[in-house]
Amino acid sequence: MPDPIHQFDIHRIVPLNIGGWDVSFTNASLYMLLAVVLTIGFFTVATRARALVPSRLQSVAEISYEFVADMLRSSIGKEGMKYFPFVFSLFIFIFATNMLGMIPGAFTVASHIIVTATLAGLVFLSVLVIGFAKNGLHFLKLFVPSGVPVFVLPLVTLIEVISFLSRPVSHSVRLFANMLAGHITLKVFGGFVVMLLGSGSFAALAPIPLAATIALTALEFLVSFLQAYVFTMLTCMYLNDALHPGH
Amino acid sequence: MAAKVNTGTTGHSDVNNAKVFSPLDTGTFVPQLVWLALTFGLLYVLLKRFALPRVGEVIEERRERIQRDLDKAEKLKVETEQALAHYEQALAEARAKANAIANDVRAKLAAEVDKERAAVEAEIARKLADAEARIAQSKSKAMASVADIAADTAGAVVSRLLGKEVTKDEVQRALVQRAAE
Repeated sequence: MPDPIHQFDIHRIVPLNIGGWDVSFTNASLYMLLAVVLTIGFFTVATRARALVPSRLQSVAEISYEFVADMLRSSIGKEGMKYFPFVFSLFIFIFATNMLGMIPGAFTVASHIIVTATLAGLVFLSVLVIGFAKNGLHFLKLFVPSGVPVFVLPLVTLIEVISFLSRPVSHSVRLFANMLAGHITLKVFGGFVVMLLGSGSFAALAPIPLAATIALTALEFLVSFLQAYVFTMLTCMYLNDALHPGH
Repeated sequence: MAAKVNTGTTGHSDVNNAKVFSPLDTGTFVPQLVWLALTFGLLYVLLKRFALPRVGEVIEERRERIQRDLDKAEKLKVETEQALAHYEQALAEARAKANAIANDVRAKLAAEVDKERAAVEAEIARKLADAEARIAQSKSKAMASVADIAADTAGAVVSRLLGKEVTKDEVQRALVQRAAE
């Protein structure tokens, strides 16, 4: 049976070492760069005409813009648009790398915990910096919900702090685990097809895992988009906490 | 060309350590972090500086254009309504004026007809009076002649009966005397 974990291996394409640090250009780097190049290339081509009546490509660019902008506006409000480039970059980066990962044989960037943890950590730090910069110590009100009886307040505050600190964990693991599990499942079912085909009369059963693989592929496309959406949506909600810490 | 990255501690890039689950392999963290920072940073800068403002401008421009067109349509609608109101006012005025003129003409005509009628009636009355006067004159003249004729006739009758001529004065006298009895 083919190794379902093999697809997540990192290969050095251009080994680099700067000051003792391994900064090799790997297959992960390649797909990250590819996502950036494709995204920027797409937006360049799509908005070349800047037409009042958009072409199909321009419509797609505008829809993606409005999609993220609406998320920000609905969860934070007009002032949230200040963080639009950051939130949009997060969404399009995760979306593009996830979609590239759907190409058979391609590498899925978000299937590595370090990538999702870095992005989630970036959001977490942004929330902390923005929260204290905008509200000063009032940001700590986030942990002290109003309208809670005094005798349970310490407990509630403790829970709030723990839940706040666990945010980057759940934020990163959700994306990482979804992409990892989805791609392993795909590989396993694909492997079944190959195994059955190579096992004599059992080859007749091969269409069953093949059908499952096809269905899972469709599901995986959905998950690829949905996880980018969920990650972005949570980012918006966390940023909202930074701007409006009073519940 | 593509060499498997192993846990960083060993330093041998082509050693495949099958025991390490690659998505959690700490040895690959540094190159991934570096390239994630580079690519994501690049994406952020390019999107912020270049791609997103372009899309935003187009959307904003369209929104403004639609708003402008809506405003214009609203203005034109108001103008149309005004023009309609003016037209209706003008129509009402014209109608009122036409009515006034018609009434005027009618009154003038009636007055003229009345005057004419009065004149004709006066003329008729004058002619009637004239005729009546003439009749009365003829009548009195006729009545005056009656005595003469009666006297002549009486004279002739008397002359025939008596066989002798009687003067006109005698007959006259006798008639006057008889009429007085």
